[in-house]
Parts: sequence; C-alpha cells; structure tokens
Amino acid sequence: MAAEQGKVDPMHQFTIEPLFGTDHWSIAGYNVAFTNSAMWMAVATVVLLIFVAGGLKRQLVPGRWQMAVESFTGFVDGLLAANVGPAGKKYVPYVFSLFMFILFANILGLLPLGIIGIHPFTFTSHFTITGILAILSFSIVLIVGFAKHKLHFFSLFIPHGTPLVMIPLIFVIELVSFMVRPFSLGLRLFVAMMAGHVLLEVLSSFVIGSANAGAGWGLVVGIPTFLLMIAIQALELLVAAIQAYVFALLTSLYINDAENLH
Amino acid sequence: MPQISQLATTYSSQIFWLVVFFGFVFFVIGRGMVPRVMATVDLRDRQIASDLAAAEAARRAANADEEAWRAEANQRRSEAQAVIAAAKAEAAKSAEARLVEAGKGVDVRMLAAEARIEQARDAALGEIETVASEATSDIVARLAGITVDEATARAAVKEALHA
Repeated sequence: MAAEQGKVDPMHQFTIEPLFGTDHWSIAGYNVAFTNSAMWMAVATVVLLIFVAGGLKRQLVPGRWQMAVESFTGFVDGLLAANVGPAGKKYVPYVFSLFMFILFANILGLLPLGIIGIHPFTFTSHFTITGILAILSFSIVLIVGFAKHKLHFFSLFIPHGTPLVMIPLIFVIELVSFMVRPFSLGLRLFVAMMAGHVLLEVLSSFVIGSANAGAGWGLVVGIPTFLLMIAIQALELLVAAIQAYVFALLTSLYINDAENLH
Repeated sequence: MPQISQLATTYSSQIFWLVVFFGFVFFVIGRGMVPRVMATVDLRDRQIASDLAAAEAARRAANADEEAWRAEANQRRSEAQAVIAAAKAEAAKSAEARLVEAGKGVDVRMLAAEARIEQARDAALGEIETVASEATSDIVARLAGITVDEATARAAVKEALHA
C-alpha cells in the first residue's frame, strides 16, 4: 500500500548508496565505494574521538566531560573485572572500542536529523557489520582460548560432572551452542536495530497517510500514532544502549570462557 | 530488504570501511586514549587512598600527642600538688616552730614577771610590816605609854599579820 503510493518505504532507510561518485573505487577487484554506511561509521568514529579526547584532560579533579568519559571507561573496566576477573584488564581497549562504537552508531542513527535534511544511517542495522564485529569477538575468543589452553580448550564443551556416557552427546550440544555464538551475537544487534527503525518508519507512514486522508483521520489515527512514536523513540534509545551493552557483555562472557577455562 | 538484496555489491565496501574505522577506533581511541584515561583514574584513586592514609596517620599522631599531653599534664598537676602539699607542710611546721619559740619567750617573760610580782609583794609586805610596826609602836606609846623597841614591835606585827 505504502509502496504503491510511493511515499514511505520502511526498508528504504537501509539502502546503501555510494557517495561523492566513489562507486567505482576498488581494491584488488573488490568494490570499496565510500557509501552512506561508511560515512556514518566515520561520523561515529569522529564523534567518539571528540568525546574521548575531551576526557583526556587528565585533571586530578575531573570536569563534567572528563567525568563522563571516565565513567564509560570505568563501566567497561568494571564489566570485564566482574566477568573475566583480573585477566580482563587487557581487553578493556577492545571491549571499550566495541561498546562505544556500537553505542554511538545506534544513537547517531536515531537522531532526528531528517528534519534538517540529513538522513541518518544506522550501520549496525546491517548484518554485514554486526556479523564482522561478532566474528571479530569470536575469533579473539578462539585465538586466546587455543593460545592459552592449547587443545585443552575443547574441555569447554564438557561441563563439570558430566557422566561418562553422556560426554559425546553433551560435547556435540555444547559445540553447536558454541558455534552459534557469533551468529546470535551479530544477529541480535542487527535485528534489534532494524526492527526498531522499521517500526518507527511504519508508524510514521501511518501518521502521514492518516493526515493525508483528512483532518478527522489525522486526529483519530495520526495523533495517537505520533504519541506512540515518541514513546517508541524513547524505547529505541534504551534499546540502542542495551544492545551495545549486551554485545559488550556477551563478548566479555565469551572472553571469560577463553581466559578462565572452567 | 537492502541488507540482503545489496549484499553482493556492497559487502566488500562495508567490510573495508568497517575495518578502517573500527581499526581506527581500536588503535587510536581504545589503545591510545583509553589507557591514559584509566591511568588518570588510577592516579586519582591512588592519590585519594594515600591522602586518606595520611589523614588517618595524622589523626593517629594527633591522638597520640593528645594522650601524651594529657599524661604530661596529669604528671605536672600531681607534681604541682606535691609541691603545694610540701609547701603547706613546711609552712605549718615553721608556724608551729615559731609558735613554740614565741611561747617559750612568753613563758620566760611570764616567769620573770611573776618573780617581779613576788618580789614586789614581798617588798610591799616588808613595807607594810615596817609601817605597821612603826604604827604599832606609836600606838602603844600613845596608848600605854610604853616604849617598845623596834624589834619587839616588828615580831608582834609579824605574828599578828601571819596569824
């Protein structure tokens, strides 16, 4: 219906478009066009850089900005200390980068910049991106696990106290659940981001459609839907933070498996 | 769904730019800036801990000082009280000695005075005897016309006086 009217296509917001005529850039035959997705990665990176640089004043008595940055590093540090223990300290740069990059991407994608003609693009709503980040976390777990415990790392798949006859079955089950981790990690973020943005887009098409259908429909359908959109927007801000947190939390839990095998 | 329909044409660009930007975030922000931010936090925590320890030590030293001061004050006070007590005893003793001394002087003078009084009374008595014997001899001479010598008169008077 909406697509027929050519007004609001809820999926259009996820379209990747090369910018600045770079669509023929390529390295070794692979296309590396600077797209709107890359643009928003750059924006997230720059905003994150400005945010962290602002907290780098290294004052003994911190200002507000420094306090904010320190609370984020302290949060990630605490997360790793709680889930991995003292060995988690060395993963703070990685988990911090992951958490903040995803958080800033999610929140920047929710900004109502469409009002001033800039269309935010949430690159975490693409499984290519979330998948790469998940594979990155998963490979760290594999590399650390096998480097630290050698083949003994396979004992991760046999919980303590498993009866001998059950070991082959449990091993297969645990192995499958382990191998599913990168998919669940990447898909969770992708789905949560995409669902929220589609929902907002669909609701906005209700508002536009009902208002176009007449003042009565606009009042009866448009205004309640708009109020619902405000509430969902607040929920989406929460989801943006929670999904970044979940990604960092699960990464630290998986790192814990690799660091402290049982 | 552009995520799937555009996958074949965009995956390389997506991966490339993600590696570029996430790599930048990890190496510059994560590895470069975060440790410095956390070092600042650690430094502050250490500073606070050492300040607290110093304050605790200062408090303990102050308590010890106060304790020592109190002990010294108590000692001084007891010393002062001992000095006062000694001075009091000394004063009492010297007052007593002076009293004794004065009492002795008074006794001596009293004895002397008593002796003088005795002497004076004896003298007076002697005088009275003489006067009385003269008067007696006069009276006798006038009344009886007898002349008694002085020694007889005196004996008679003495007898009459001491009777």
